[in-house]
Amino acid sequence: MSEPISALNHASYDGIARVTECGLQGMITLRGDLSDKVLAKAIRDATGQKVPGLREALVKGDTGVCWMSTDELLVLVPYAEVEAKLAAMTNALSGTHALAVNVSDARAVFSISGASAREVLGKVAPVELSAEAFQPGQIRRSRLAQVAGAFWMDDAETFRVVCFRSAADYVFKLLKVAAQPGSEVGVY
Amino acid sequence: MLILNCPYCSVAAEETELAAGGEAHLKRFGPDSSDEDFHDYLFMRENPKGVHFERWRHANGCGKWFHAARCTQTLEVFGTYPAQTTEPPQEIKDAITAKRPGWSRRDFS
Repeated sequence: MSEPISALNHASYDGIARVTECGLQGMITLRGDLSDKVLAKAIRDATGQKVPGLREALVKGDTGVCWMSTDELLVLVPYAEVEAKLAAMTNALSGTHALAVNVSDARAVFSISGASAREVLGKVAPVELSAEAFQPGQIRRSRLAQVAGAFWMDDAETFRVVCFRSAADYVFKLLKVAAQPGSEVGVY
Repeated sequence: MLILNCPYCSVAAEETELAAGGEAHLKRFGPDSSDEDFHDYLFMRENPKGVHFERWRHANGCGKWFHAARCTQTLEVFGTYPAQTTEPPQEIKDAITAKRPGWSRRDFS
């Protein structure tokens, strides 16, 4: 049996912030009616979280759930448990108009940490990232320069960034350039 | 720079996060319509200087289509609203009337 590895296998870079590829992360895309009670229970069983409200990210470590759209959630579970969680979720949702798909291997996850983390991400995404506007608990889907990406904050100085696996190399190089030593802008 | 508020995820989305979808509120003429109606539906688009209704997609975001009412001359945005409608909602029409009295665009005024 071949051993699964993530897109960049924990590559990291130290600049004005530390950029790290986080490794394998179990991810399930769930689409359906977010006000549905059956769906809410499936989310609670899989992650222990409630259904997130508008642009909410309820994440602890590598388990949680993020609001992606009015009818879409991103469910995060440990990579080793994704098949079992997905099977349980699909079972719980049978009879409901909803769809859950394992997208773990289609994605790459990065973390940006350090006092200048906001600056690094602010350079590549057209998003207001001041401390007043963006806080832990929120998620934002946007673009990272030329590719789609989503990010939320684990704590006040750490971002978690999700992009397509095929764009992982591009995003890592992008974040490396944005985190070059001496490149602080001093906006936030 | 154009900034539109996505009515689905309430993000103030900047133009590069969006994909333009052309004119909004087109009435489709499909099977059994006259060739002329079908031709007009396919090809004839307004290109106004002033009030215009457009379709936009929050492509690098929630992925939803929505409508925007804006002025092509000044880039002023009168409002955005969900796409599940065949005509602009009254509050959007009122907002335009407040700024551009006597406006009209196709069948709307």
